[in-house]
Amino acid sequence: MKIVVFVKQVPNTDDVKLDPKTGNIRREGVESILNPMDANAVEAALQLKEQFGGTVVAVSMGPPQASYALKKVLGMGCDEAYLLSDRAFGGADTLATSYTLAKAAEKIGDYDLLLFGRLATDGDTAQTGPAVAAWLGVPQITLASTLTVEDGWVVCDRKLGGMRQRVRAKLPAAVTVTGDLNKPRYPTPINIMKASKKPFTTWGAADMECDPAKIGMPGSPSSTKEVLEPEKRSTDTKFFTGEMADIAHELVKTLEAEHLI
Amino acid sequence: MAKEDYKGIWVFAEQENGVIEHTVFELLAKAHELQEHNKEEIVAVLLGNNVDALAPELIARGADKVIMVNDPALASYSARPYQAALTQLVEKYKPSILLYGATPLGRDLAPRLMITLDTGLTADAIDLGYDKDGVFYQTTPAYGGKILAHIVILEKRPQMATVHPKMFTPFDPNPDAKGEIVKETVKVEADSDYEVIEFVPDENVDVNIADSDVVVAGGRGIKSTDDLKMLEELATLLDGQIASSRPLVDNGWLPHSRQIGQSGATVTPRLMFNVAVSGSVQYVLGMQKAGCIVVVNQSKDAPIYDYAHYGIVADYRKFIPALIEELKNREA
Amino acid sequence: MDFQFTEQQSMIRDMVREFAEAEVKPLAKEIDETERFPIENVKKMGEMGLNGLAYPEEYGGSGAGQVAYVLAVEELAKVCATTAIILSASASLGSWPIYKFGTEEQKQKYLAPICRGEKLSAFALTEPSAGTDASMQKSTAVLEGDHYVLNGGKIFITNATHADVFITFAMTDKSQGTKGITAFIIERGYEGLTISEPENKMGLRASATCELTFDNMKVPVENRLGAEGRGFNIAMATLDGGRIGVAAQAVGIAQGAIDETIKYTTQRIQFGKKISQFQNTQFTLADMQTRTDAARLLMLKAADAEEKGLPYTVLAAEAKLFAAETASYVTNRAVQLFGGYGYTKDFPVERMMRDAKVTEIYEGTSEVQRMVISGNMLRK
Repeated sequence: MKIVVFVKQVPNTDDVKLDPKTGNIRREGVESILNPMDANAVEAALQLKEQFGGTVVAVSMGPPQASYALKKVLGMGCDEAYLLSDRAFGGADTLATSYTLAKAAEKIGDYDLLLFGRLATDGDTAQTGPAVAAWLGVPQITLASTLTVEDGWVVCDRKLGGMRQRVRAKLPAAVTVTGDLNKPRYPTPINIMKASKKPFTTWGAADMECDPAKIGMPGSPSSTKEVLEPEKRSTDTKFFTGEMADIAHELVKTLEAEHLI
Repeated sequence: MAKEDYKGIWVFAEQENGVIEHTVFELLAKAHELQEHNKEEIVAVLLGNNVDALAPELIARGADKVIMVNDPALASYSARPYQAALTQLVEKYKPSILLYGATPLGRDLAPRLMITLDTGLTADAIDLGYDKDGVFYQTTPAYGGKILAHIVILEKRPQMATVHPKMFTPFDPNPDAKGEIVKETVKVEADSDYEVIEFVPDENVDVNIADSDVVVAGGRGIKSTDDLKMLEELATLLDGQIASSRPLVDNGWLPHSRQIGQSGATVTPRLMFNVAVSGSVQYVLGMQKAGCIVVVNQSKDAPIYDYAHYGIVADYRKFIPALIEELKNREA
Repeated sequence: MDFQFTEQQSMIRDMVREFAEAEVKPLAKEIDETERFPIENVKKMGEMGLNGLAYPEEYGGSGAGQVAYVLAVEELAKVCATTAIILSASASLGSWPIYKFGTEEQKQKYLAPICRGEKLSAFALTEPSAGTDASMQKSTAVLEGDHYVLNGGKIFITNATHADVFITFAMTDKSQGTKGITAFIIERGYEGLTISEPENKMGLRASATCELTFDNMKVPVENRLGAEGRGFNIAMATLDGGRIGVAAQAVGIAQGAIDETIKYTTQRIQFGKKISQFQNTQFTLADMQTRTDAARLLMLKAADAEEKGLPYTVLAAEAKLFAAETASYVTNRAVQLFGGYGYTKDFPVERMMRDAKVTEIYEGTSEVQRMVISGNMLRK
């Protein structure tokens, strides 16, 4: 079985601050980490490899310094890594990103399963997985909280509100996984030491024969026009007084107006 | 075709088993605000099989027009047939805006439309509007809500977004509302490579109070486990989780997974109730980043009031039942 | 001169940090209060291969080296000094003598399973009358045919309740003084070995520090480590490396206390200001961090020297001395900045202060380190 896992290096959200002058995100001194749910996807891939044999290929798109996430997943036990890195990829939205990732999957070829973390903590879009599936024309399962492979089908549970849905998709298929799918293993010193000897390939736009109009800024229909800090709530406490029923009514109205209930 | 020639505010009318997703009504109401600016028709797009009965409901909630497809291949949701059907409709009618609820289904489907329609899709918007330049924007939080971004889709059409549930207040149903119902057909086949095996209530819903949007926490002042049940009822009514400060966990009323604070979980819900919680430093470290903090405590001097946005100085045993009553009335 | 970590060193540090935050930190308070040996995490560390960090692949290690090992100890100590010393006792003191002085058979039989996490080891040198002065050993070993018979005992042995393998020492020839001491590898199941209940300690309360008693304990000749009479040298060489581990532990405790103090002082408000806005807090934090960074540099220099095969006895003593005293200073200041809350068990700094103290005592007291350092200075 050949499994391609898509991973992303993200800033540790706890550290992110907005520069009040420029409105840009301050990235200096911000630690880079492997997107947490991508670790769940890697764990799922490694478990399938242990069960069925095969290879686990990790793919990430980003600047050269974004190789950390790939090195980490090699340390967890992935077999090969591909970094998609090219100035021309810069400024990509999810359309351009998913196109680029899909081109990589095509070039890698012969995949049985494409795995994604449900979302990346820096963009929160949760769009990349289904979009890559659409480019490749394969079926998808999003929000998988369990994952098994049986007779050429991938079978997953999806938790939807208070409901549990069990679905299956015929391989090759794409699956996006949630954080409760499994507990990702830690990299081990032995794998970290071996990781430097595993195949690590960098591909640019030309290597994957990308259409220049579909990558980076030119391939991105959406853009950020403005970045703002959320309105700070006043710390002055508003006290409600009166009969209990009246207070309850007023409070519910207030919370409704703020779309909190 | 020029982007100016795309007309219409479309709302994908997500339905499952003949029940329309509530967010659809919220989007129809919001669409009226957008309509004031662009004067375009508000269209609900309804896919399914034998869903005729749902169309009037959409009109009653604010749609000017319903475009409806009944097809056995669309009887229950799966990504590829829905993608195919919706793509054909958009290509035929060319709307300028297409909105989906940011529900599991909406977020499963919309990214696939982004590919077939070759346009932009903003994820999980919390607001929509037109800015001072007359450009349609979608507001999204990023980096765990630390920043808000205005996303725009300047050249491609339709401009698409999935929109977070409960952001807008829906219209009350108006049975007298008039609207057109258009029955469409599409070329679509059921997906033989995708199958729903079962869809059942989840017996073991995992609790992770840290991920909860709404948290109702009780503190040392909670007198009995019966009172705790009352808080549980409140949490259920608010789609939230019950939690507590350390004392209630120490005396075994709640498991440690429900404990907030230095030695428990850190929660960041959008809405948080603190009932009979005094507000020790240890506790506050675990909840001070909550969005809106409501405090119910008999003592106005309780330190927790330093963090309250809304305060009710009262005996919780009198106030909480009143609040539960109010919430039940509102639902009814 | 290169102050940068290699990519592998950084990744090992990050991986241990992640493990420590997720698995070790949540247990730290509980095991301190209950004195429960954290066997679940000890097993996990073993499976991950932390015991084999400094040893080559042929013995089940990863060959990551001494620097990677001390980074791991520091990361563990940041959140739980007990867990750090449990690792250190097995991954360094209880295994390095086998690696350095053992036969190939001994390495395959004992070192490899320790590296693979299948066995836990311990180091048993101290006796009631032979603490800092290790030459006053009273335990004896008498050769009888194909085995030695050991009598006597050891005290303050970390990991003792769970260790499968112990490195220990006994007099084979009293007339020779330190040159009459011999090292042995003993197994938990040996007849005549008794292990007491753990000591009730001020800090490192879950590290299972016990007394061992040898009552006509038979040890096969093939379990003698090195030649007869080489034991004292083996012990001293082992402690040189062990001291780097204690230095790493002390640096970790100090850094952990600083991290907690930053978190607290930037949130806690007094007199209408965050505590971190007071200059006293700022200056104290600056002193805490500067000393800790200095201790870390000494510690890393010693580890780097060991890894490169350079002399490191004095470097290890300096690192251990300075790091231990820094840990005590920093944790003491941390408790002070926390005020009354720092004195409660709701916050970890009081535990860190208790844990820090022993780094000035074990594996050679600060006074012994000063003897080592000055002895080297004055010999010239």
